[in-house]
Amino acid sequence: MKELFQIFISTVLIHNFVLSYFLGLCPFLGVSGKEKSALGMGLAVIFVMTLSSSVSWLIYHFILVKLGLVFLAYVVFILVIASLVQIVEMFVRRYSPALFKALGIYLPLITTNCAILGCVLFMIARDYHFWAAVVFGFSGGVGFLLVLLIMAGIREELNYADVPWVFKGASISLITAGLLALTFMGFSGLLTS
Amino acid sequence: MKKGKEWIKGLWKEHPVFRMLLGMCPTLAVTTSVINAIFMGVAVIFVLFFSSLIVSLIRKLVPPQVRIAVYTVIIASFVTIVDIYFKANFPQMSKALGPYVPLIIVNCIILGRCEAFASKNRLIPSLIDALSIGIGFFWGLVVLGAIREILGTGRVLGIKILSASYYNPMVVMILPAGAFLVLGGLVAIMNKLEGR
Repeated sequence: MKELFQIFISTVLIHNFVLSYFLGLCPFLGVSGKEKSALGMGLAVIFVMTLSSSVSWLIYHFILVKLGLVFLAYVVFILVIASLVQIVEMFVRRYSPALFKALGIYLPLITTNCAILGCVLFMIARDYHFWAAVVFGFSGGVGFLLVLLIMAGIREELNYADVPWVFKGASISLITAGLLALTFMGFSGLLTS
Repeated sequence: MKKGKEWIKGLWKEHPVFRMLLGMCPTLAVTTSVINAIFMGVAVIFVLFFSSLIVSLIRKLVPPQVRIAVYTVIIASFVTIVDIYFKANFPQMSKALGPYVPLIIVNCIILGRCEAFASKNRLIPSLIDALSIGIGFFWGLVVLGAIREILGTGRVLGIKILSASYYNPMVVMILPAGAFLVLGGLVAIMNKLEGR
């Protein structure tokens, strides 16, 4: 239990996927203009990430390792993620057309969201046991949502700020993200390893 | 003439890193030093070149509904080759790059070029396009890596540039926060040069 809690805190705050591993930057810079779509995107990522982390763990340990097919891991992982995204997309389209409209192109883009595949790869590389893998996936998503929401709030304020034209757009977003990363470094003392 | 334009596009005008902001995660994560940047750049050029080759060759055979899945599997296969090659021949580098080599699979640059260019064009233009985008990405990574390594440690590729007697290395530059700040600055410089 203690170990799982440590994984949660460390993944959400200290080694945040976006700010310290640079995973999932495309949606981070693209979708985070509005808080509502940021929330939808973040929730979709939490869902897909938890699922893909646990499903990939099962497939990796019970199929690939047993059959000696570890070299196929990347191809298998990307297929698992792509099919999960498809399922989530159908689900959202059926039950929340408004959300589906708001997310637009970003939902299928989760397939190529590096955060999902990155989460699976880190989970394998660190040799987590099953429940750790589930918690790792979930907290990765939570960390992503948290940073996406903070960024969306800042971006809404930035619309009213007087930014020099050379910094407009992507540049100021990146610098904001840099400052945010500096702030999050303050959390690094939370856990003593 | 037309082919010449295809070349220049990826190198400067539509530079994947500084103009299009594609493939951000390897760009920022591995550029803590120039040597990492070089290895990552070479890996991306290799994968981009050969996936464009295959995608362009089979473009008439793939049904449009499943094309993204097919492209992804092609890319994943070439990434696996690179990863295994690095592990066997450059174990040190493989360790330093960590999961960012397999993450090339989901690099938007590669899927983007396969989808937007190689799937619609003949073999030779696709290969030229892949090379120009790949080389553009490569020099983007090296520039970013050089700036971060020089500011962060005072040396580049093991050669001392800034002496410790007058320069106090800014460690933050090789930390994640520095990556965002340097790239933000470079994008702004690029905007200024292009005078958009």
